[in-house]
Amino acid sequence: MEDSPFNDTSYEQFLNEEKIMGSKCKKCGALALPPRSICVSCFGSEMEWVQFKGTGKLSAFTSIVVAPPSMVKEGFNRNNPYVVGVVELNEGVKTVARIVGFDAKKPEQIKVGAPLKAEFLEKGEGPGRQTILAFRP
Amino acid sequence: MPRKGKLSRGVAVVGGGLTKLGLFKERNCKDFFAEAFIEMVGSVDKGVDPKEIDAVYVGNYSNDFFVNQAHWGPIISDLIGHVPKPVTRTEAACASSAVAFREGVLAIASGLYDIVLVGGFEQMSRRTTEEVAEGLAMAASPYEVATGFTFPAVFGTTATAYFAKYDADREALFNVTIKSHNNAPLNPKAQFPMTIRDFMNARIERCRKKGEPIPGWKDEKDFLRDPVVNPPVAWPMHLFDCCPISDGASCLLLVAEDIAKNFTDDPIYLAGMGQGSGYSLHAKKDLTTYEATKYAAKEAYEMAGLTPKDIQFAEVHDCFSIAEIVHMEDLGFFKPGEGYKAVEEGLTRLDGPIPINTSGGLKTKGHPVGATGVAQLYEVWVQLRGKAGRRQVPNLNLKVGAAHNLGGTGGTCTFTILERR
Repeated sequence: MEDSPFNDTSYEQFLNEEKIMGSKCKKCGALALPPRSICVSCFGSEMEWVQFKGTGKLSAFTSIVVAPPSMVKEGFNRNNPYVVGVVELNEGVKTVARIVGFDAKKPEQIKVGAPLKAEFLEKGEGPGRQTILAFRP
Repeated sequence: MPRKGKLSRGVAVVGGGLTKLGLFKERNCKDFFAEAFIEMVGSVDKGVDPKEIDAVYVGNYSNDFFVNQAHWGPIISDLIGHVPKPVTRTEAACASSAVAFREGVLAIASGLYDIVLVGGFEQMSRRTTEEVAEGLAMAASPYEVATGFTFPAVFGTTATAYFAKYDADREALFNVTIKSHNNAPLNPKAQFPMTIRDFMNARIERCRKKGEPIPGWKDEKDFLRDPVVNPPVAWPMHLFDCCPISDGASCLLLVAEDIAKNFTDDPIYLAGMGQGSGYSLHAKKDLTTYEATKYAAKEAYEMAGLTPKDIQFAEVHDCFSIAEIVHMEDLGFFKPGEGYKAVEEGLTRLDGPIPINTSGGLKTKGHPVGATGVAQLYEVWVQLRGKAGRRQVPNLNLKVGAAHNLGGTGGTCTFTILERR
């Protein structure tokens, strides 16, 4: 996997192994999650893989009541909302993720800045199985 | 040699057309553009022969998906008798036609053409609400879609980040909604020409007829707090924070500045324009600002030689209530964190010092996504010519107005400044 191209597909494959993997520019050290093949800080194209610890804090969130068809299939709807958010990892980069462990029906009680830890959710079965990045307090 | 950032030749707007916006499932999408085009031809004071139009630029986000037909450029060209001259369709999600406008300006400024038609159109009503939501989500970043984000959800995160940073809450959003709806009945083309008070009275009337208990809302804010009439969509975005699904079309006739007086004694000139691109949510340094808007604004102010203080009124992309607040800040109308207070103080009302969304905004006027950018500029053009009727900005020396258009979740933003000389 260390030879994997620095792209979204590799990121998802690593996620299936319950690893949060991003890229580090060998020239300037800039981190990217998901990985980038071109460094947008110095335009270097030599990268190495870096694993993120999966701890951080909540930067922003929302509780989704009107769900898209893909989430309706997972059982979410008007009576069963779900939370997604932007999490700032301790390493300094942000990621979007599902947020679990809060009451999605009481979003006014969720606080920006709350410390969070990564968790891996399984979605689908067989060849369609997918690991989704989530965070919980 | 003219320096970078300036146009080689000036451009003026001399005509415009906009359909009434709404849901018109039974109509053919071509009819919308025809309606806007016919209005445009009639609006040119000294007349225009459509045969003189050198090129057409039309914005459309996704009629491919919405009505199962792609390659709309030649369809529009044929509709308006423009074949075999060139037509170009632009796609930048909800900023599709602002980009068409910009391409049309650049084509004239380059010296290639003298007379260009720019416009946009969309027919969203033939799909179910769920399908439209799915179609629009295709314009979000792939990371957000995979995580289960919807459009209202992306702007919901902007709102929770903004509230935390500036100690604001949902009540701040109510002021935007109430202000926009106050302008709506003054716009005969608005999809929802109703104030919030009108919605309250309609609901009370319905309850009375059905013999149900009469709701006892104290005021408009009390109504917006009621989850029965204003249910949540994606916290803190509720129904009345979100623009509707709409059909419609818009167009403007652009000509080289030196021939503008052949068309009208009252041309409106392009003063400055800019376009920027933006990050996905996770790559943004600050979740309460939009880089694409800031970049577009900088380009436009520099081209125009103007500052935010010179803008007398503006259309600001309000797909969601929070978007209007943060973009007013990104455009420099108010300092970061001050936008919501400005709305609360009434500074952005029609009779305030800087009226925002005199048309009623996307929230009440409607948002046929591909038509929106040019529809916003149509409003600025109408206002600068003093022809906005009951919603005319009450400033006797109205010279400079602007429009801000946002595509997707902020991936493409434009800012365009028009002036009356």
